[in-house]
Amino acid sequence: MIRIQNLTKYYGKRRAVDDITFNVEKGEIVGFLGPNGAGKTTTMRIITGYLMPTRGDVWIAEHNMATHSLEGRRLIGYMPEVTPLYMDMTTRAYLTFGARLRGLDGKKAGSRVEEVVEQCALEEYVDVMLGKLSKGFKQRVGLAQAIIHDPQVLVLDEPTVGIDPIQVAQTRKLIKELGRDRTILLSTHILPEVSMICERVIIIHKGRIAAQDRIENLSTILKGGRRIRLHVRGPAREVTERLTRITALRDVRYEEPFHVVEFPVDKEPQAEITGLVVQAGWTLLAMESMEMSLEDIFLQLTTEEEGER
Amino acid sequence: MKNIGIISRKELGSYLTSPMAYVVTAIFLALSGTFFSTYLAATSFEDTSIRGFLDAAQILILLFAAILTMRLVAEEKKTGTWELLLTAPVRDVEIVVGKFLGSLAVLTGMLVTTLYFPFLLVLFGDPDLGTIGTSYLGLFLLGSACLSIGFFASTLSSNQIVSAVVGGGILFGLWFLGAVESFATGALKELIPFLSLSHHFTDFTRGIVDTRSIVYYLSVTALFLFLSRGSIQTARWR
Ligand SMILES: Nc1ncnc2c1ncn2[C@@H]1O[C@H](COP(=O)(O)OP(=O)(O)OP(=O)(O)O)[C@@H](O)[C@H]1O
Ligand SMILES: [Mg+2]
Repeated sequence: MIRIQNLTKYYGKRRAVDDITFNVEKGEIVGFLGPNGAGKTTTMRIITGYLMPTRGDVWIAEHNMATHSLEGRRLIGYMPEVTPLYMDMTTRAYLTFGARLRGLDGKKAGSRVEEVVEQCALEEYVDVMLGKLSKGFKQRVGLAQAIIHDPQVLVLDEPTVGIDPIQVAQTRKLIKELGRDRTILLSTHILPEVSMICERVIIIHKGRIAAQDRIENLSTILKGGRRIRLHVRGPAREVTERLTRITALRDVRYEEPFHVVEFPVDKEPQAEITGLVVQAGWTLLAMESMEMSLEDIFLQLTTEEEGER
Repeated sequence: MKNIGIISRKELGSYLTSPMAYVVTAIFLALSGTFFSTYLAATSFEDTSIRGFLDAAQILILLFAAILTMRLVAEEKKTGTWELLLTAPVRDVEIVVGKFLGSLAVLTGMLVTTLYFPFLLVLFGDPDLGTIGTSYLGLFLLGSACLSIGFFASTLSSNQIVSAVVGGGILFGLWFLGAVESFATGALKELIPFLSLSHHFTDFTRGIVDTRSIVYYLSVTALFLFLSRGSIQTARWR
């Protein structure tokens, strides 16, 4: 649904996005993760047609944003990083304007406003000036505006920043609901958020993609899994095979010359592993914990990048 | 077309909910009214024309056009709403024309409130209604050119004060271009009055409707709207 190919963006001489390529399939919720200044907002601004890329292409469905921007934009609902509110308008007037701008006629706009007001729990504030809303409610109006025309694609730039924990939970729930029949690209630097909402994550650092994977593949870590790296002197295949028999281990992999095993936090298979190795007459050269939170992965991916330069 | 309507109505709405339009209109009325009556008094009510009003209005319109338009884009860039507009399925030209028409509606409203000056003259004297008509046409055309220039200035920055200063600079530059005429020689001497905002206005106040002047003001309006669109588009590439 969103296709990005070799996208590069320079602001003057500063390179903000550097040759990134990725797809977001129809119906997928993808988390776009990266530290400050990684290029998330820039990428999203190009996807939504606010900015033109220096090089590369963006397709929304079959529309190339360079040549068929209007058709592409029609399919997108966008919540920018800075919630784009006209402070002198009421919630209703603002949402109606947004709906009309997206091509809904007067009657349809009216009924859609009612719907999104309910969906985003804004009933209490429909006739209040936007300037008088609290930060969290402003954020919700921003989200309401993004979904007013029931778009197939949602691009959300840090939708839960600066709102209180209860509202964060509600917003995440709402996004998840929205994602049932929509394609969503969501940027954040909150890692647990990704695991809660997204099916896949793309990690971007210094304008480049540092990693992208399905959440399941990161799930052990996300669910609080642990890893241990073993260095065993012995026949690798056989070691793997024997380790696999230990029930506490969720995964056993051979990454020459190490064996990496994964297990849930509540298990303690170390003794069993040592016993096994000794029993087989092999030598345990090393056993070290590879405990990694997504934060660690994230940091590692992003710092590795730095090391390469 | 529909989008232009939606945007211009929204723009007019913003003008009417902020004090700006009212303050500008009030000051415009007060100042031009003072000149209007002073002129009448100075001629001992012999010349029942709107000369005094026009003398003030033509300059005030430059100033107030720069002030009315400074927020049009600059403010939206600052608050971030610009991103909403530019990612909506709306052509850049529709945004430009819509916003321009919103400001033109305010200016027209401002001019309409001054119609009571000629109305007073009709009540108490025998003014030349033809000249008054052409003068108002002139003010409207001048005003639309000024708004277009001010709008262009607003697309250049996200700072309203900067836009107002740049807009005012271009406006007064084009207005006083006529004054440079005396120093110029050759083709420039011919060209300068033709380009000057003030030169074309004089005819209207004398009851003359010169097609060239109408074309001039409409062209300036169109040119700066076109430049505004260009400025908005190039900003996407930066
Ligand atoms: N308008 C601009 N002009 C010049 N440089 C810019 C502009 N916008 C962003 N940049 C630069 O481009 C890089 C990427 O910025 P971007 O806003 O895309 O990052 P981000 O991933 O959204 O960061 P954050 O998490 O802080 O929102 C940064 O180095 C930033 O300084
Ligand atoms: Mg950002």
